[in-house]
Amino acid sequence: MTGDLNRKIRKLRNNVMLSLTGVATLLVLLPLALILFYVVKEGVSAISPGFFVHLPEPPDVPGGGMANAIVGTLELLLVAVIVGVPLGIAAGIYVAEHGAEFLTKLVRFSADVLNGTPTIVTGLFIYGLVVLPMRKFSTLAGGLALAIILLPVVLRTTDEVLQTIPRSYREAALALGATRFRVLWDVVLRAARAGIMGGVLLAISRVAGETAPLLFTSFNNSYWSMWLDRPVASLTVQIFNYAIAPYDRWHAQAWAGALTLITMIIVINLGARAWLRWRTGRLA
Amino acid sequence: MLELRLPKKTPPGAEQADPPGTAAELDPSLAAPAEDAPPAREVVRAHGINFFYGQHQVLFNVEVTAYEREILALIGPSGCGKSTFLRTLNRMNDTIPGARLEGEVLITGQNIYAPGTDVIGLRRRVGMIFQRSNPFPFSIAENVAYGLKVNGLAKKKGEQADVVERCLRATGLWDEVKDRLNKPALALSGGQQQRLCIARALAIEPEILLMDEPASALDPIATGRIEELALELKEKYTIVIVTHNLQQAARISDRTSFFLMGRLVESGRTQAMFTNPQRKETEDYITGRFG
Repeated sequence: MTGDLNRKIRKLRNNVMLSLTGVATLLVLLPLALILFYVVKEGVSAISPGFFVHLPEPPDVPGGGMANAIVGTLELLLVAVIVGVPLGIAAGIYVAEHGAEFLTKLVRFSADVLNGTPTIVTGLFIYGLVVLPMRKFSTLAGGLALAIILLPVVLRTTDEVLQTIPRSYREAALALGATRFRVLWDVVLRAARAGIMGGVLLAISRVAGETAPLLFTSFNNSYWSMWLDRPVASLTVQIFNYAIAPYDRWHAQAWAGALTLITMIIVINLGARAWLRWRTGRLA
Repeated sequence: MLELRLPKKTPPGAEQADPPGTAAELDPSLAAPAEDAPPAREVVRAHGINFFYGQHQVLFNVEVTAYEREILALIGPSGCGKSTFLRTLNRMNDTIPGARLEGEVLITGQNIYAPGTDVIGLRRRVGMIFQRSNPFPFSIAENVAYGLKVNGLAKKKGEQADVVERCLRATGLWDEVKDRLNKPALALSGGQQQRLCIARALAIEPEILLMDEPASALDPIATGRIEELALELKEKYTIVIVTHNLQQAARISDRTSFFLMGRLVESGRTQAMFTNPQRKETEDYITGRFG
């Protein structure tokens, strides 16, 4: 009799706990769903083909778009990738493969600290290092700020991916008369490149949404900017400026910009994951 | 004191080891008298090898010789140093931080630990097969051709394809994989992967093949194929094989060296050693009294 009761209590407790974890899962999904819902709802009505090809207009003029900000964001990302990715991958290789122990520990620790640094601080740092000496805001400054945010993520991803490459691959290559460089280049990096590539794309999708480090580095621009040493518009800063302005037309444009940005990030993110699954799935 | 530090567990191979005498009765070729053999050329000669991992000495004054076109088996319980010894023959231990060797290893008369030795060239002459098959995550053909690529041999595509085919044929893999040479090597079965690794080692035409328990992760059928392959390959190569499986040593090797706790206990013709061991430790090991 008591055994029966015990079992019922256990079963009940089991069901309650399972339900609680289920509820928690739903609660986690809720913010993401709500954000997407609002951005899509508000953004779709404000978005039009013109939004992607026109420059911003003053608040009292209808139409206008964020074409320059979309391109500006891509320019900033390009600078960040050119500076941050090779550096991050190279340092990641050094740390994972043959770093002196002290230096390796120091670099890993620094990368983790850098990764945790508030991005506005990174922006301030670039402001002091690049903007003040150049006496102007610029694409270069904004791109460098993003590169600094990108760097530790790429470094640590490379480091971690390389460590998952089995030692047996290296031994096999060495035993065939390969030099350490050949082992690294032909075997280790080849086996790791899909993972590193995926990590880079995830890092890019992360910095694409940064606003704070751009506020006083790349600043903003109402026109096209194709020069490294000129201020440049970016989706995030444009959204920020429009959202805090007292004009309904601009608010609508901010929603449209947000929808564009979030779509870009989701595409890069899902693309990276699909790429990773395809590459690693094919090889493993 | 010796016995105290020996592992208590007996490996499966040791329990089923033939009692002395049986191997020869089953296979007359094993009983061929040693005296009739022509004097063979020394291909590997390890002399006075002491080996250390940091402060920890794992090999003590080891003397081993392998002759041209023979299979030399290194046997002994786990941790006796036989794998470490094998890896001194192509300087694979160089990659381990803190590893240090005293003594000399002569490969066809040259001391490979002499200063200025070309380690890359050495590894080209002394191929190695590992315990776990370790094909690269590339295609089957690329795996076989990798040694050619890193050593700058066979630059033309046609030559490469020829070498790939020859090596895959030599390992009996050609008919199984000829239609999927560009498919990933990791899709092959364990036994096929190990034969692929052997083909990969053969591609650069080594003189010596080192095998570190090449069949220990394989099922009996795949093991049998590796053993047959080793017997075929010894027509051209000198093979030094580490094995836990005493029956395997009895089946394929010409001579055997028995290691115990980092020391070489006894070396001799396999048949003689398995029927009439000179040392008490050897007898205890091959009759399964410990292992």
